[in-house]
Amino acid sequence: MVSDLPLLSLIIWLPIVGGIVVLAASRGGNDNLVRKLALGVSVLTFVVSLPLYGAFDKGTAEMQFQEMATWIPAFNINYHLGIDGISMLLILLTTFTTVLVVISSWEVIKHKVAQYMAAFLIMEGAMNGVFAALDAALFYVFWEAMLIPMFLIIGIWGGARRVYAAIKFFLYTFLGSVFLLVAILYLFFQSDSFSILDYHALPLSMTEQVLLFLGFLLAFAVKVPMWPVHTWLPDAHVEAPTGGSVILAAIMLKLGAYGFVRFMLPITPDASSELDWLVITLSLIAIVYIALVALVQEDMKKLIAYSSIAHMGFVTLGFFVVFGIFDQTGNVQGAALGFEGAVVQLISHGFISGALFLCVGVMYDRLHSRQISDYGGVVNTMPTFAALMVLFAMANAGLPGTSGFVGEFMVILSAYKANFWLAFLAGTTLVLGAAYTLWMVKRVLFGEVKNEGVANLKDLNAREGVVLGSLAVLVLLLGIWPAPVVDVLHSAVDNLLQHVVISKL
Amino acid sequence: MEEQLASVSFQVPDMTPALPEIFVLTMACVILVVDLFLTDRNRVITYLMSLATLLGAAILTFSLHTGETVLSFDGSFISDSMADVLKFFIYLVCAAVFIYARQYLIDRQLFKGEFYVLGLFGVLGMMVMVSAHSLLTIYLGLELLALCLYAMVALQRDSGIASEAAMKYFVLGALASGLLLYGMSILYGITGSLDIGDIGAYLAAPGSSDNLALMFAVAFVIVGLAFKLGAVPFHMWIPDVYHGASTPVTLYIGSAPKLAAFALVMRLLVEGMEGLHVHWQDMLIVLAVLSMAAGNVIAIAQGNLKRMLAYSTIAHVGYLLLGILTGVTTGYAASMFYVIVYAIMTLGGFGMIILLSRAGFEAENLEDFKGLNERSPWFAAMMAILMFSMAGVPPFLGFWAKFAVLEAVVRADMVWLAVVAVLFAIIGAYYYLRIIKLMYFDKAEETTPLTSGTDMKLVMSVNGLAVLALGIYPSALLALCAGAMATFGG
Repeated sequence: MVSDLPLLSLIIWLPIVGGIVVLAASRGGNDNLVRKLALGVSVLTFVVSLPLYGAFDKGTAEMQFQEMATWIPAFNINYHLGIDGISMLLILLTTFTTVLVVISSWEVIKHKVAQYMAAFLIMEGAMNGVFAALDAALFYVFWEAMLIPMFLIIGIWGGARRVYAAIKFFLYTFLGSVFLLVAILYLFFQSDSFSILDYHALPLSMTEQVLLFLGFLLAFAVKVPMWPVHTWLPDAHVEAPTGGSVILAAIMLKLGAYGFVRFMLPITPDASSELDWLVITLSLIAIVYIALVALVQEDMKKLIAYSSIAHMGFVTLGFFVVFGIFDQTGNVQGAALGFEGAVVQLISHGFISGALFLCVGVMYDRLHSRQISDYGGVVNTMPTFAALMVLFAMANAGLPGTSGFVGEFMVILSAYKANFWLAFLAGTTLVLGAAYTLWMVKRVLFGEVKNEGVANLKDLNAREGVVLGSLAVLVLLLGIWPAPVVDVLHSAVDNLLQHVVISKL
Repeated sequence: MEEQLASVSFQVPDMTPALPEIFVLTMACVILVVDLFLTDRNRVITYLMSLATLLGAAILTFSLHTGETVLSFDGSFISDSMADVLKFFIYLVCAAVFIYARQYLIDRQLFKGEFYVLGLFGVLGMMVMVSAHSLLTIYLGLELLALCLYAMVALQRDSGIASEAAMKYFVLGALASGLLLYGMSILYGITGSLDIGDIGAYLAAPGSSDNLALMFAVAFVIVGLAFKLGAVPFHMWIPDVYHGASTPVTLYIGSAPKLAAFALVMRLLVEGMEGLHVHWQDMLIVLAVLSMAAGNVIAIAQGNLKRMLAYSTIAHVGYLLLGILTGVTTGYAASMFYVIVYAIMTLGGFGMIILLSRAGFEAENLEDFKGLNERSPWFAAMMAILMFSMAGVPPFLGFWAKFAVLEAVVRADMVWLAVVAVLFAIIGAYYYLRIIKLMYFDKAEETTPLTSGTDMKLVMSVNGLAVLALGIYPSALLALCAGAMATFGG
């Protein structure tokens, strides 16, 4: 019954229409009504997205909840939606995070509330669209469309250098995306179709694959972001309002990784296999070098931003290590572990980085500073907050029992199968991650009460408690019992790896 | 010669296909006379009659539309799908121009009959260009339009900058017409015919293109066309004219005539000289790349919005040429789609300048858009839609225009050209984003509310929303263009 509804269309269009309604409602000037309306829309969207998990069939690798309608016959473009285990989890992450963002900005945003809420809701719709699209042109439309609200969010509600950060964010990601467009158009020229699933089976020569691979790499590496095209991220994170940072870290970075899964690996498997060293090298640079960069940051948001880049390095490593394993063992099954680990890492990082940005937001709302040196001894005045933040910091460092451990462990384990040194370098993250996160926690939370401001801090209010508390539950749940997440992945990952190891030449 | 003379019949040609042209001509003359008897207070009658003329012409064109290709006036006039579609958009765009211009003209004591009469004669010129099927008719339409435009630029008699722009436009325009005419005369000399169909047949014959003189003809014709379109390196007049003319005139010059210029390219290069495609393709590639590069890069340095949009026009012309140079039907359709989309977006862009202007104040500097989101969130959103659309960001209409031409280029196996095009699109995105930045991220210096009339605000909203709505559902417009181009190309 539930699955008869066009669920995917609903979770795309409900927030978009809701956003427009919120804008219209702002004419009355009643900001509280606007906030409640926005919360209502986001909660409703989340509720609508839940049956995606409930009615999901774990046993099949087919795309589920498919919807298909002709959109632009001139180019054979269809409104084709469908999800597998990977995209389903990411959609749930999106709808859940948006609810948190709406709640977390409740009293914090006082300026142009309706536009702020509407931007997040419209962006939610577009991001769901990216995850659900099975038509490359539709994917691209959503992919680009979501830049607009984020650009406005950073630029309007951001910090001091918000204009620079917003324009840098837009141009950087636009730069990557246009190569994706050319790649898609080339695939259309070869196959007369925009169906992503058709592309998976499309034979392509090595030269074609390498060029397409590079186009995809540019587009997705900017979004992930990978070293050396990561420089927009720290700027965007630092200047964005808390909600913007949360969405950026929790969802937008995942979109880049999702692009690898949906486009790059299955469409250009031979080029990916040939050039896997390139992505692996860049991932290791992110894991080791960027972690060292994170160590020296003075600004908490910047530190978490760099830590995000390092953690996303794990995701790309997990995706591309499969070729090494396959060469060593000739067995797809072994490779699946690393791949699933990477996807678990995506979800887990969504929770943890979102939570850490919210923690910084909580402190920033009180003292209007993000500098580590302005804090110290916060635990004395905000014990509940400190407890939660320590939990998230531990999770960020990959402590067993938290969600951060599961993904990293799976990836390192499978990297070991490919090459010992690979696993060794990836393993350094356990040291470095602990170093930068815990050192920050030590300086901010513990020690003597540093100044007047810290002495007068008030602990979490109910609203903040609900937001951080629910994330804490999820972080622990996923860490102790990851099966509900991992189980829905098996079919999708197996199917994907079948595509990846079969040569298209 | 004698044979040709003998074939000229002295029967009255079939006037039916040209009824819209005849109607517009008659009405323009009637309005000219009626306007003489009106006082400034009643001038609104001229305005309404002009709009009625465009509406009547649209109804005539629509009711005469058969989808068939009909030749008349001994083959020198053609009525086909492309002509009908383009004419329809010419009426639509010009009607919007007239509506946008009204309040602006009243505020500046420019609300005279001449603007509308010249505007209608210009429409007639465009209609003739679109439907011309002989070198003579083409030239006739072109000059009728050009002369109206020169006069319209000079309409602000006391403005030095406008007079300078008019003079510059006239001299360069005349030069371009001369070059085009020169190319046409060589073409006539070689093929022995003025009729586009005959020229096309002559050049399609194998071996007919091995002729040095023919290369000169192609080169001259392309130079002339590039002048009219405003492709680099023949773009010099665009920024100065756009800047110098009063904004409603800029709006007029920048929008509908590009539709007619597109038709001109289709008639001359495609219908007439498709046999020489290999030769003109290379020339168009050079023009397209230079236009995209120069237009997008120089636009960044502009502080005046009209000049910025002028350079953005030049860049758009580069993208427009991409579809044509592929030399296939789908490419032509993509270009036609691009030019229509361009006209709609430009209309909105310049319309916005008029909307922000008021008596004694020209909102033509970028700074005038500062904090527009504070003053009017609705129109800031409309402008944002237009700017994102021009930058080619989905889901707006401008994205599909770029999508279509890039698709055509990739299909023609010129992926490198597509890559060049998208690289310049990124550079272009910067200056469009800057407008958004001014509107949304900066504080308003000006707090006066917008004073424009309701008609203007309504059309402006429709214009902006159309860019969004057509972007979400571009199928119908794409199909219209594909249908109109079905008879072109092999």
